[in-house]
Parts: sequence; structure tokens; C-alpha cells
Amino acid sequence: MALSQTVYNLLFRRTSTFAITIMVGAVLFERVFDQAGNAVFEQLNRGKLWKHIKHNYESKDE
Amino acid sequence: WTAAAICISQSAKRSLYRYPPVFTLCFANMSFASLSRGKKVALSTLGVLAAGGAGLALALHQSVKASDLELHPPSYPWSHNGLLSSLDHTSIRRGYQVYKQVCSACHSMEYLAFRNLVGVSHTEAEVKALAEEIEVVDGPDEKGEMFTRPGKLSDYFPKPYPNPEAARAANNGALPPDLSYIVNARHGGEDYVFSLLTGYCEPPVGVTIREGLYYNPYFPGQAIGMAPPIYNEILEYEDGTPATMSQVAKDVCTFLRWAAEPEHDQRKRMGLKLLLGSAILLPLVYYMKRHRWTVLKSRKIAYRPPK
Repeated sequence: MALSQTVYNLLFRRTSTFAITIMVGAVLFERVFDQAGNAVFEQLNRGKLWKHIKHNYESKDE
Repeated sequence: WTAAAICISQSAKRSLYRYPPVFTLCFANMSFASLSRGKKVALSTLGVLAAGGAGLALALHQSVKASDLELHPPSYPWSHNGLLSSLDHTSIRRGYQVYKQVCSACHSMEYLAFRNLVGVSHTEAEVKALAEEIEVVDGPDEKGEMFTRPGKLSDYFPKPYPNPEAARAANNGALPPDLSYIVNARHGGEDYVFSLLTGYCEPPVGVTIREGLYYNPYFPGQAIGMAPPIYNEILEYEDGTPATMSQVAKDVCTFLRWAAEPEHDQRKRMGLKLLLGSAILLPLVYYMKRHRWTVLKSRKIAYRPPK
């Protein structure tokens, strides 16, 4: 209860901080969600994607 | 309109005066158990009939399929079959090698450019080297003449024949189809293509095949103009994979699946994110629905007669 009270007083009480919290939160959430989704997908398809095999072909021409 | 509303409410009161002053309770109750016996029987009959009809339609559909003449391909366990499974890009790379060394002698892939391979199966430097192997007619130059130049990343795959008529003339009257979207263009997709490539056999007794045609049970009509295209060790893979007939067919099918559906991996990636997002959103939406409906679900409508 104390934590939610602090969060409310700090972030949600004033409209200005509330709006900023929403915008920053949306950007942060999008970043985390996108990267987590990509990580899960790449873990599921380990070794099959181009990302995982491209080192085999890049070292040749360098 | 307030006056009108008052009038309506007063007339409603007046009409309610005629009824004896008894409390009537009304719960929002729409469950199956509360229906009358007749309605229960009617609903059950309707349900049974609908399920039976759907089952009958499905059974008839299956039996109609079984009466076809051609053999339907089995479902093969492709590594990209799963809801979240990407294409195997090592296989796409080998499949391109098969297409280039075997299929491209007769089949065009006119909707694929060299640049499409970059970041899918080859690096940019490799694709540039591949493109430079071909000669492209370009022009006109300042004298108004066409000239040839080595291929670039933006060039499309070279065609084996300049036009369909030339292709027919060179292939006994049969047109080798363009392979760009072939996996989407045939029933059964890559299962069909795999079965077709590996399914050549002797015609059964009593079936005669015209000169220049070959028997393939998976091909509609069973007589196909394409000679058996692949066999064991038809080529040597650059990554050392043993080039058995089924391996070659599997790789070229994976390549053709990618060609027909380049967005395949991105689609499944987005699907995964959609599922993750729904897992967060749906419980919230469900909670919100329950929350909003608490007022309606728990209310009592009561009539209090005037004293």
C-alpha cells in the first residue's frame, strides 16, 4: 500500500507527470516487449535463421 | 424532452396501478436449465441436427476426395510446419543451389531478383558474385544500341527461354511452369512438389504412356512432360551435405516455399508477438467486462407500490 501511495504521489497525481509517465512507459514497454518477443522467436528457431548461420559465410570474404 | 419523459413515466405508473401490489423480483437469468421442457427438446434437436449435418458434409467431402484418380501427397514433417517455426535458412541456401544447377535449365523464376537473396541465404558480396556470372541485355546506349553487361543485385533471375512459345517448342509442347509462386499455386504446396519430384515410377500394367511423357502418380492426369529431374548425387552441395534424392527435393521445396512466401518468418514473428500481447490484454479486457457488468448482474428490479 505504501508503494502504490508513493507511485501515485510521485507520478500520477499531477497531470503533467501523469502524461509523461504514460508516454515514457509506452516507449519502454514497446522496447522491452519487442526485444522479448524477438528473443523468444530466435530461441524457438535456434540454428535455422540467417542470423544464426551468417557467420559461416561472412568470414570467407573478409 | 424532460416533460415527455415525465409523461411517459406517469402513464407507466398509472398502468401499473391496475396490478395488485405484489413485489416482483426479476433476475437476469438466461441459462439452459431455466428453459421450459419443450424448448429444451427443440434446442437439443437443433444442436444434434446441426452437428450431424456438419459431420455428414465432412464425410461426403472426404469420400469425394478419395474417388479422384491422382494420388494425394502425404503430409511431410517440414521444419517450418509449426505455428512459430521459421524456415530453415541453411536449407534455403542449398535449395537455391539446386534450383540454379538443376531446375533453372527449364524453369524460370521471373519474380525473384538477386537482391532478394541478400540476408536470407547469402551475404551481399556472395550475391554480387552470383549476379555477375550472368549476362544481362541493357540499353539503349547513346548510339541507340542494346548491349550486354554483367548482372547486378537488382536484376531478376535469368530465364531459360525468351518466351513461353520457345519453352514449349524446346520441351515437346509442354510448358515448364514459372517456379516463383509454384508452392502456393498447387494443391498440397511443398508436400505436392516433394512427392512429385520423388514419386516417379513405372506405369501400372494396362496404362500406356505416350512417347516423351513420364508416369507420375501425383501429377493430375498421371502423364507428365518433365523427365525425372533429380536423383542421388545429382550435384555436390557446397556445405558437404550428402546430396541424396530426398535431401535435394527437401531443400528445393524449402527454397520454393521461401520464394512463394518471403514474408514467412516475419509473419510468424508477428504472430508470436500478437499471442504475447493478447496474453496480457485479454485478461485485462475480461476483468474490465466483469467489472462493468457487476452493476447489471447484481441488481434487483423491484416494484414498490405507492402507499
